[in-house]
Amino acid sequence: MTDRTERTEPASPTGPTDRGAGTGAPLLALDRMSVRFRMPRGRYVPAVTDVSLTLDPGECVALVGESGCGKSVLASALLGLLPENAETAGAAHLGELELLGADETELARRVRGRRAGLIPQSPAAHLTPVRTVRSQLTEVVRELTDTPRRELRAAAEAAAERAAFPADHLDRYPHELSGGLAQRAATALALVGGPPLLLADEPTTGLDRDLVERTVDELRRQVDDGHGLLMITHDLAAAERIADRVAVMYAGRIVELADAAAFFGAPGPRHPYARGLLDALPERGFTPIPGLPPELGALPPGCAFAPRCTYATAACAAVPALTAGVACHHPAPAADAVPPRPREPRRTGPRQPLKQRTGEPGPPQQPESADVR
Amino acid sequence: MSAEAPPPLQLRAVTAGYDRRAPVVRDVSFTLAPGEAAGLLGPSGCGKSTLARVAALLHRPDAGEVLLDGERVRGWRHRAPRAQRTAFGVVFQQPRLAADPRLTLAALVAEPLRATGRRAEAPARTEELAALVGLTPDLLARRPHEVSDGQLQRACLARALALRPRILVCDEMTAMLDASTTAALVAAVEDYRRTSGAALLAVGHDRTLLERWCDRTVGWHELAPAVKSAPGG
Repeated sequence: MTDRTERTEPASPTGPTDRGAGTGAPLLALDRMSVRFRMPRGRYVPAVTDVSLTLDPGECVALVGESGCGKSVLASALLGLLPENAETAGAAHLGELELLGADETELARRVRGRRAGLIPQSPAAHLTPVRTVRSQLTEVVRELTDTPRRELRAAAEAAAERAAFPADHLDRYPHELSGGLAQRAATALALVGGPPLLLADEPTTGLDRDLVERTVDELRRQVDDGHGLLMITHDLAAAERIADRVAVMYAGRIVELADAAAFFGAPGPRHPYARGLLDALPERGFTPIPGLPPELGALPPGCAFAPRCTYATAACAAVPALTAGVACHHPAPAADAVPPRPREPRRTGPRQPLKQRTGEPGPPQQPESADVR
Repeated sequence: MSAEAPPPLQLRAVTAGYDRRAPVVRDVSFTLAPGEAAGLLGPSGCGKSTLARVAALLHRPDAGEVLLDGERVRGWRHRAPRAQRTAFGVVFQQPRLAADPRLTLAALVAEPLRATGRRAEAPARTEELAALVGLTPDLLARRPHEVSDGQLQRACLARALALRPRILVCDEMTAMLDASTTAALVAAVEDYRRTSGAALLAVGHDRTLLERWCDRTVGWHELAPAVKSAPGG
């Protein structure tokens, strides 16, 4: 990863000076962070452009957007997991450490698992298939903590307990676990090193609604314990359930950054794209946003959403800056007069008893306690 | 629901699975009325996908019978007569697993026409279908690895509609997709049903979605009260 210099808006080479100093410093601070991929024939694909974002301890920010908008690239960049042809710019401070410029040794020894834990998209694929959960947990405990050898077993069990992974399943292999239990195993692994920052990349994709809610509530519990969580998702219902703030990403840029209650409730989103996304939900308008998201390699000049936007005017030929939480030339006013849509209760229908759902033999349930916000 | 015409699809006491000793679907009956959109709601791993496969003639049940327009189905998969097979359009949950990576999206959409010897209709029909599901000509020229999941699923839906099926089976069609693509695909299905009068069996786990989409939503437990949980799904 090299800092690129030939940019129209050169990002400041040094990060903001106040980061990491003082008590009110955020846990994670992205400052005009960009990632682009170098392609054959001198072409570049910008995947993340000028993202500025902060995350406090005990806070959850949900990064939402359609697939292919650059969300996952952002998470990979923070952990130094980008492929060879990626170039980054800007800064990402985790405490006093700048992640984008950190070398691999630094990332491997001090960051991954220790200061930033990843909760992956498909936990079953993330776990090693030929080893039991206990063996994997023990290894991680041994590598990341100073636990003496004879206390490893107990420490691994305690680590499982922290993510509500049932102790009697520790000797199972990943393929013997249900989706929900595999998710907990992956979460347990991410929590072992006590990382203050958790990155969750689409932790609920393909899970059924009950399991989504349980996974999300468990993640929220970690946030309430003081972790900072950046959750990448396209599942708006999951985002609504967990997030303190919502960042909406479109074509690699953050187009809206809002308080979750205001975003999902009144006055609602201010960016036309964000409004469209919410209005596509079956419990709301169920109307799709017209058109398709643009290719990151062939972005329209100016506002990338303009070709799909009903409000687009000549002004949209210029890329709007993110001001007051929205990057749009025609944002809905902050206290919009749009009539609040009738909102259904979060749980439609009776919540099914968890144990009759899948083959999971009654793991510890914490149904309601965890979503106290 | 009209009484004179036989229902397009009827399942009677179907038992099915992958191991005769432990069927996933046990003694399930279900009727799809003409032009009806029925939602089948159940959690992961309950057997609803297996039932959808039986209904679409893709999985032979261990017991029970399937009636298509009142006529008993005798063969499944390639053993089903073409007229019965092509009565169905099926869309699966994971477009990546349901698309031949070597084909362009245009070839993918036209595949059913070629397979039934109607290659000549392909260009015109593909254009029509692309417009219906919102695929641009640029996307039609690409192969699956060059498009997103949502775009690929649009192509899979277009393929399912290529032969103008009378019954559509959508098995978790939108489970991997974002809200806007979900709404767009459901709108495309409904557009097709409005002009063709096709019936729909939509299988899923999202109650809000199915209740918004379908005329009638049936819970899995209502169909199979005694069924045990099973892996997969």
